Amino acid sequence: MRRLDPYLPILGVAGLIALWYLAVWARIVDPVLLPSPVDAFRAMWSGMAGGKLGSDFLRTVERTVSATLIAAVIAIPLGIFLGAAERLYRSVEFVVDFFRSTPASAMFPLFLVLFGVGDQTKISVAAFGAALVILFNVAYGVMNARKTRLLAAKAMGASKLRILTDVVLLESLPQTFVGLRNGVSLALVIVVVAEMFIGSTDGLGNRVFEAQQLFAMPDMYAAIFAAGALGYGLNLLLLLVERRFVHWSGK
Amino acid sequence: MLERAAGHSTTAAAAATPGPPAHVTIRGLSKRFGDAVVYERFDLDIPRGKLVSIFGPNGCGKSTLINMIAGLVPVDAGEILFAGKRLEQIKFGYVFQNYREALFPWLRSFENIEYPLKLMHMAKAERRARVERLAEHLGVKIDLAKYPYQLSGGQQQLVSIMRALVVEPEVLFLDEPFSALDYEMTLFMREQLQRIFMETGTTTVLVSHDLEEAVYLADHILLLSRHPARVADFVPFPACRPRRDETLSQADFVSVKAHCLEIFQREVRRA
Repeated sequence: MRRLDPYLPILGVAGLIALWYLAVWARIVDPVLLPSPVDAFRAMWSGMAGGKLGSDFLRTVERTVSATLIAAVIAIPLGIFLGAAERLYRSVEFVVDFFRSTPASAMFPLFLVLFGVGDQTKISVAAFGAALVILFNVAYGVMNARKTRLLAAKAMGASKLRILTDVVLLESLPQTFVGLRNGVSLALVIVVVAEMFIGSTDGLGNRVFEAQQLFAMPDMYAAIFAAGALGYGLNLLLLLVERRFVHWSGK
Repeated sequence: MLERAAGHSTTAAAAATPGPPAHVTIRGLSKRFGDAVVYERFDLDIPRGKLVSIFGPNGCGKSTLINMIAGLVPVDAGEILFAGKRLEQIKFGYVFQNYREALFPWLRSFENIEYPLKLMHMAKAERRARVERLAEHLGVKIDLAKYPYQLSGGQQQLVSIMRALVVEPEVLFLDEPFSALDYEMTLFMREQLQRIFMETGTTTVLVSHDLEEAVYLADHILLLSRHPARVADFVPFPACRPRRDETLSQADFVSVKAHCLEIFQREVRRA
């Protein structure tokens, strides 16, 4: 029976679809608001295969990935620098925590003034949010490097710079990936929200919003699932990259 | 040397009495952590080519002592010299209790062992040859292409010890190296360490919390008092090597161990 264990997650999916069917069949929810799963998946299939949903999906991928990349390029070096200078990090910790706790959506008007209504605003707000999450994780990864490992390098005669490049950086990698995964999820949230409201004409957020306005419910569910698949896929991708390059993580 | 078995306790001066030439000389060592005075004008000589075990009450500063000698913990005052040279001028090896956190999990075992040679800017071919020679010399049968986390605890600690030995150190420090291992592995590793010591004759300082192990492996057992730590006794155990399981029941072993236990108990009660 244990051989079936890897397939257990399918049970949850099957259960959800069964419940959905049941709700449609028993008319628990107004059929206009809740189409059957078949209709939703048909909308998703036709939308992704050459329809507008596919191009919106790609636009969102593009924005989320660029925001995360910008965030990573800025936050990883800065996080290493601040983490290595612990007293410096302590002095900016409150500022980092404060803005990390500020809903990034509250920053939209400010960024609109700075960058206008184009892509720049969406990407920069998302990058801003993601950068703080990544920065925080990288800095903690550096600060929490195992003391024994640092001492071992010191006992072998490694210089401070050598300890940083040979030990601390590698020690912080697992935590850096935690930051990247959280960062990309947050960037996706911000991008989708921005696509809904800030003068957008494309992207998954726009697709969901438009479908809802037009009462095209199967299309709306299709866009929601596409967004879910995107979030899950981006996380999974980073997890696979981590497993490949940070093989010692969690061991 | 042989006359002292279970006799009267010697004084701190015993450490500095003439005997085998001193390799490590510690003079006027002082260290405090906050209000706790751990060492106060502490003197000690560690003889060359001998294995010295350090044993004493919990928290008396056994590890702190070797950490200060190895430069991992700064001293407040005092001088530590290695045959007249300073720490920066010699090569030494250090083995930590927690091998899991002391090895680099991103490097293969082989790369872990050669890492200190890399720091010395040794060429790759030479590094490789050096590690292979060491593995052969010690009769190590571990697949060194594996990552540390793919090895058993004992194998990982053996890799740690090889990493410490590969630089051909003048002094080898081991901080409770076997206390994270199960008993079977501990017994095996004791034999490995004894063999390594007999083959290399490296001056070795071993911190142990197991009196049997401390006596079994040592040429001298350094018994420390509660802090501020003094030398409660510096007991020689000259039994010939290789020592075996039978050693544990021989009269000289039993009496030295009993003597150490007596001193230890006296120091523990002196609250």
